[in-house]
Amino acid sequence: MSRFIGFVKKEFSHIFRDYRTMLILFGMPVAQILIFGYVVSNEIKDIKIAIYDKSKDNVTQEITNKILSSGYFIIDKNIDNDNQVEDAFKKGNIREVIIFEPHFAEKLEREGKASIQILADASDANTANIVSNYTSAIIRTYMKNELMKGELPFVIDTKVQILYNKELKGVYMFVPGTMALILMLVSAMMTSISITREKEMGTMEVLLVSPLRPMPIILGKVIPYVGLAFMNALVIIALSYFVFDMPMQGNLTFLLLETLLFILMALSLGILISTVSKSQMMAMFISMFALMLPTMLLSGFIFPIENMPKILQWLSSIMPARYFIVIVKNIMIKGSGILVVWKETLYLTGITILFLVISIKKFKVRLE
Amino acid sequence: MNEIAVEAKGLKKTYEKVDAVKGVSFAIPKGELFGLIGPDGAGKTSIFRILTTLILPTEGKAEIFGNDVVKDYKKIRNNIGYMPQRFSLYQDLSVEENLNFFARVFGTSVQENYDLIKDIYIQIEPFKNRLAGKLSGGMKQKLALSCALIHSPDILILDEPTTGVDAVSRKEFWEMLIRLKQKGITIVVSTPYMDEANLCDRVALIQDGRIMKIDKPQNITNEFGRKLWAIKSENIYKLIQDLRQFEFIDTVYPFGEFIHITSKDNSMDINSLILLLKNNNHSKIEMLEVQPNIEDCFMELMNN
Amino acid sequence: MLKQTENIIEVSNLVKKFGNFTANDDLTFDVKQGEIFGFLGANGAGKTTTLKILSGLSYPTSGKVKVAGFDVYREREKVKKNIGYMSQKFSLYDDLTVKENIRFYGGIYGLPGKYIKEKTDELLRRLKMENIKDSLIKSLPLGWKQKIAFSVAIFHNPGIVFLDEPTGGVDPITRRDFWELIYEASYSGITVFVTTHYMDEAEYCDRVSIMDQGRIEAMDTPALLKKQYNAENMDEVFIRIARKQQL
Repeated sequence: MSRFIGFVKKEFSHIFRDYRTMLILFGMPVAQILIFGYVVSNEIKDIKIAIYDKSKDNVTQEITNKILSSGYFIIDKNIDNDNQVEDAFKKGNIREVIIFEPHFAEKLEREGKASIQILADASDANTANIVSNYTSAIIRTYMKNELMKGELPFVIDTKVQILYNKELKGVYMFVPGTMALILMLVSAMMTSISITREKEMGTMEVLLVSPLRPMPIILGKVIPYVGLAFMNALVIIALSYFVFDMPMQGNLTFLLLETLLFILMALSLGILISTVSKSQMMAMFISMFALMLPTMLLSGFIFPIENMPKILQWLSSIMPARYFIVIVKNIMIKGSGILVVWKETLYLTGITILFLVISIKKFKVRLE
Repeated sequence: MNEIAVEAKGLKKTYEKVDAVKGVSFAIPKGELFGLIGPDGAGKTSIFRILTTLILPTEGKAEIFGNDVVKDYKKIRNNIGYMPQRFSLYQDLSVEENLNFFARVFGTSVQENYDLIKDIYIQIEPFKNRLAGKLSGGMKQKLALSCALIHSPDILILDEPTTGVDAVSRKEFWEMLIRLKQKGITIVVSTPYMDEANLCDRVALIQDGRIMKIDKPQNITNEFGRKLWAIKSENIYKLIQDLRQFEFIDTVYPFGEFIHITSKDNSMDINSLILLLKNNNHSKIEMLEVQPNIEDCFMELMNN
Repeated sequence: MLKQTENIIEVSNLVKKFGNFTANDDLTFDVKQGEIFGFLGANGAGKTTTLKILSGLSYPTSGKVKVAGFDVYREREKVKKNIGYMSQKFSLYDDLTVKENIRFYGGIYGLPGKYIKEKTDELLRRLKMENIKDSLIKSLPLGWKQKIAFSVAIFHNPGIVFLDEPTGGVDPITRRDFWELIYEASYSGITVFVTTHYMDEAEYCDRVSIMDQGRIEAMDTPALLKKQYNAENMDEVFIRIARKQQL
């Protein structure tokens, strides 16, 4: 046991003494979350919109004024027939079209109810979401104010319709996605590099010639990274909750357990990479091109899976990160438990065991 | 006969297409300081890696204290001190941390075997908080040796421990090895420096994957078998060219400021050769018969 | 030998400092044309620093340095044109053939194509490597690589060639073949400046200087140094000098 503790201690010394490792371990997660977060939820201003007023009465005029005087929007175009709606999106830099139904004021007065349709271009999902939220908020405020005036109660029904990216990917996507990415980086890339570094420096030779068995060598190298990756996950979750108002509907312990499972999966992948690479350079390249890029591109983190060609969809379905992202989203946003995500969990568990078995089989007690 | 520490029989090692070791056999009695002497690429590292159980021989077998390097590798690993070619230390750990780490890896502590490494460690102790990467070559070498000794092994296998180290550290290192030998540790060391051969009890001269000769250094030089002369003049380059023209001269090798030559019939009239050279416009000619050293023998063996 | 009395390297009161650290402390020495000059010292003694200054890669802090008649402050480019450089490790491209390597280096020095072609053929003939001219460098034994590297370093007929630990690790015969190439170059008037920490390489030099902690502690022919320090070989000379410094 003392051997093992010595090993872990040594590994921590390596990590804490290399400022580049430290930067990757602690600087990057924070930087990435902040960058994604702020790019995504940037304050909006002077967003160009079009208005399709089928009613053109005093109420629609009043609402339009409210929206335009809010400072968030400027009008780019007034539309007067249905065909122009699609065109407006396609041609210009219009983000949103607000459509008042015909006889708006009349309906409000007679039925106490009228509807406004908000169309948002969600090819930039986050902006679309924010823009439509702002618009609805302005309309709601108007509604409240009118109510306060003591007139008859009425309801303006705002129907938000998101175009081009119906699931609104991106809004809550960056947290699970970044988490998968960072954990993959820390666990798989850092461990594979740190194991191959020993091969390169020749210290692995000395370790192999010692009475240490391969298992303690591997575990000793891996355990510090389990701890660090886990800390990273905590930081990411905290940042997303406190800074970016990501909901946390589900059970935190359950989320952390799933996170731990994903870390173990990434670590076993890291060990596997280190058994096939001879140099740090090679370990880095394999991690980059076989792990990082697919994680970013194919997990649904950046590009929606359903828009991918079939072959990429198929590839995407073997990406562990994809399942982890589903799990995290479900737990955080929907508050789901194991009953909902058991399939994904099972897949992660299975693939972890598979990687571990292969890497133990492949790990050599000799140099060749 | 002493107990045998290392025995190799017909060792061969082939990497893809390259034959690195082409059938090597030797036996090293316990307590001997044995040198494997040869240039880069001769197969020294491959032999050492087979002995330290790091690679498998393609053919042949080897035993360390009766344990087979293939089957009994676990037993061997408990009892062997190994220093790979580049000093394999953790550059980002301090001197003390390196030593403590290797002690722990071998399930021992620095205190337990301090006696053994004391002589060596005391020289680097003033720098114990310095990172290993910041040490000079000589100090790295001493630290690596301390780490290899920390578990009190019965045998030390040192792969080119003096390469890239200055002359003073080399000399000190050999003094340390001789002291360790006196404590009964079997030492197998490889080196490309021919002049280090004389410090070993016995040496194997190795070239191109084959051992050309195994014996005591003294016996090897005694067996050179013919006379060797050293000659110089004011123009070494022209002297080499001219000597090669003479029918009766066999080998011509520059040797520092001199040229070492042998003759085909093992006799040479110094005066007539000098006269001959003078006629070829050489001046300041000096010539004398010399005792061959290991390097002369090595070249002689390479030619055979 | 055709040793001339003309100095090709003149160094006086050379000082190079890095912050508080003095890497070269007041060096003064000359090297004559056609001389084989050994520049010895342990790792970290300051050899590399001097070598960089002499080859125009870095400026001295103070002092006068002339190489091949050119001032290293003002005429760096001319200095570079007149020197060749070979280190054991990084001289040749492993994945190019022998011929490609030679041509590449000829091209670097702006030699005309026809000249390069003729000289390449002549060189391959002289090295007896015509039959392997299309082999990749990495497939050749170390000794052959060294010979090619040296020939490439003097391909543009420089006045001086700097050799950085040229013969480490090769077998004794190959090593001697290599020294013969050096003798030949020296005989044809090229100055050979060898930096090394292998003292046995020093035995082959016409003159050596031994550097320790940034200073030149001894400079003479190997024979006279051995006599002066009552030593059998250069190793012992070095040990005596280093020990003296420690006292």
